[in-house]
Amino acid sequence: MFSRAYKTIVTVPPLLWVTVFLLIPYLLMFCYSFWSVSPAQTIVRSWDLANYQTLFRVNVYWQTLLRSMWIAARVTIFSLLLGYPLAYFLSFYAGKRKDLLYQLVIIPLWVSYLVRAYAWKTILGSDGVLNTLLQYLHLARHPLEFLLYSPFAVVLTLTHIYTPFAFLPIYAALEHIPRNLVEASHDLGATPAQTFWKVIFPLSIPGVVAGATFAFVLSLGDFLAPLLLGGPSGIMISNIVVSLFGAAYNWPLGAAISLCMLALVVSLLFLSERLEKKWSFS
Amino acid sequence: MATVPTSAATLTTTPATPRSTLLSIRNVAKSFGKNVVLREISLEIAEGEFLTILGESGSGKTTLLRIVAGFESASSGEVWMGDERLDRQPPYRRRVNTVFQHYALFPHLTVEQNVGYGLRVAGRPEAEIASRVAEALEKVRMTQHAKSKPSKISGGQQQRVALARALVNRPRLLLLDEPLSALDANLRRQMQVELKSLQREVGIAFVFVTHDQEEAMVMSDRIALLRSGELEQIATPREIYSQPATAYVAQFIGHTNLLQCEVRQGEVHCGALSWPAQLPEGPALFSLRPESIQVAATKPATPSYVRVRGRLLQQAFHGATELIRVQCPGGLVLTVRTPSGAGIPDEVDLEFSPASAVPVRQSPGRN
Repeated sequence: MFSRAYKTIVTVPPLLWVTVFLLIPYLLMFCYSFWSVSPAQTIVRSWDLANYQTLFRVNVYWQTLLRSMWIAARVTIFSLLLGYPLAYFLSFYAGKRKDLLYQLVIIPLWVSYLVRAYAWKTILGSDGVLNTLLQYLHLARHPLEFLLYSPFAVVLTLTHIYTPFAFLPIYAALEHIPRNLVEASHDLGATPAQTFWKVIFPLSIPGVVAGATFAFVLSLGDFLAPLLLGGPSGIMISNIVVSLFGAAYNWPLGAAISLCMLALVVSLLFLSERLEKKWSFS
Repeated sequence: MATVPTSAATLTTTPATPRSTLLSIRNVAKSFGKNVVLREISLEIAEGEFLTILGESGSGKTTLLRIVAGFESASSGEVWMGDERLDRQPPYRRRVNTVFQHYALFPHLTVEQNVGYGLRVAGRPEAEIASRVAEALEKVRMTQHAKSKPSKISGGQQQRVALARALVNRPRLLLLDEPLSALDANLRRQMQVELKSLQREVGIAFVFVTHDQEEAMVMSDRIALLRSGELEQIATPREIYSQPATAYVAQFIGHTNLLQCEVRQGEVHCGALSWPAQLPEGPALFSLRPESIQVAATKPATPSYVRVRGRLLQQAFHGATELIRVQCPGGLVLTVRTPSGAGIPDEVDLEFSPASAVPVRQSPGRN
């Protein structure tokens, strides 16, 4: 067995890391969330729930939080609608091209997030690729304004960015399904459609839950896509947090909102883990 | 390899009346790219028959089964069930069910739901499903595990559930792909007996794939022995044991002495041995089972028997019998089965009846 000294040497650095870079900052945030800012722009260490009350009383905050969740929900749905069929096709029908296609799905993840977001800006802008094409084809007389600087643009971009994150766990789950189960189902008289709904889909649910969690949590906290493509109607809660910690100089309120989001995300992760456990059989 | 008891213990009763053909496999061949797996296999399976496809790994036995089930398509040839051409139909339209090697039970469904799966996808009424599932579970003695998930029951129990899941659909033909290979030796022997009696009870034709010759002997009405994608012999266990068609069959099923002989003027010559036989002139190959050779007593030899003296080389204990190896003149070494405990002298006289030396074809060398 390993000596006590060895165990200490191995465990201390990660513990230290977690303490310095996670626990202490979270603790600070937690403290900040009860403090307030004086009119003279200094932090007042008074302990009360005023910031949490502000979050739920002032419309712009809770409305933006709800809108962010609604955007994240749509991103999740579209990512699953795109990612599942793709994963299913790759896992069951791609044959020899499987590895190549898999790489093609993964490669965009190596491209900078900013590049992908800007790409949509050039596509969706009023003199962008899409509007120019629509006008050229006489399908639109004026550039369609709703394409850019709207929740639509944010959902579209986030879906593009997070679909691979939904795809990966679904693909892994499908790859884990023993193929003789599919054969057994056919053998017992089930058509391919029946086999999908009665065997393949139920066994892929842990992957779907994991993929949905990824897509939802990642897009809920996103602030670059709404910043670049969202416009005033497309801002999300993270943009508000950014401005509260920046220009608005209201760290206490920013900390309170951040902690609420953290609580939301942690409970989602907890829920998804429960669901995955319930649906896994090995 | 395990020894085969001299009696070639078989649980089967010899099929009394010729039965009508259920499935006919006609010139089925299969290759994966350049790799030829099956060459022109033709065989027929009768109603209610227990046919075993026996072969080493790589002999193509599983591929043949998968072609009948529909998971694999033949490169050429046809599969017919009655007047219905099977090989053009998807697996879910064939009235054939399979028991898979690793059972392939649905892990997310209970034992009961697994067994009811086929009836449910066929849209049978719930009341009928419930009663047929209960009946099938009763038959394989799994009623008390009806609500368990497959991961919670043992391998032998999973085996029974897989069997019930297939039989509940009342297929005309049941395919079994090495279903006992994952079980330990004792359970395996017990399941062999159970499976055979179940088959007789339900009267459905079974096609059973195995690499275990002993298992094949114990269970089958007929054995089809495959080698490198070709059918070596198809016959009853007794016939395949006593009248092997080729040297390969003789060696694969039990122990044998293969004698390289020469036929000259109605006499077979093999080293110092010779006996009369009506065979064409030239080289010939004979299979002589170890139990067909006796250690001759001092009493006068049976007149027509072939007699030879040799030196005892080796003795191996096998329970009720022993296998001894005897060096005979002319470089010939014979393996002989003797009763255990019989004192064998160093110099030993052996004898056998010429009729027990079975001429066999040389199997063409292939890989």
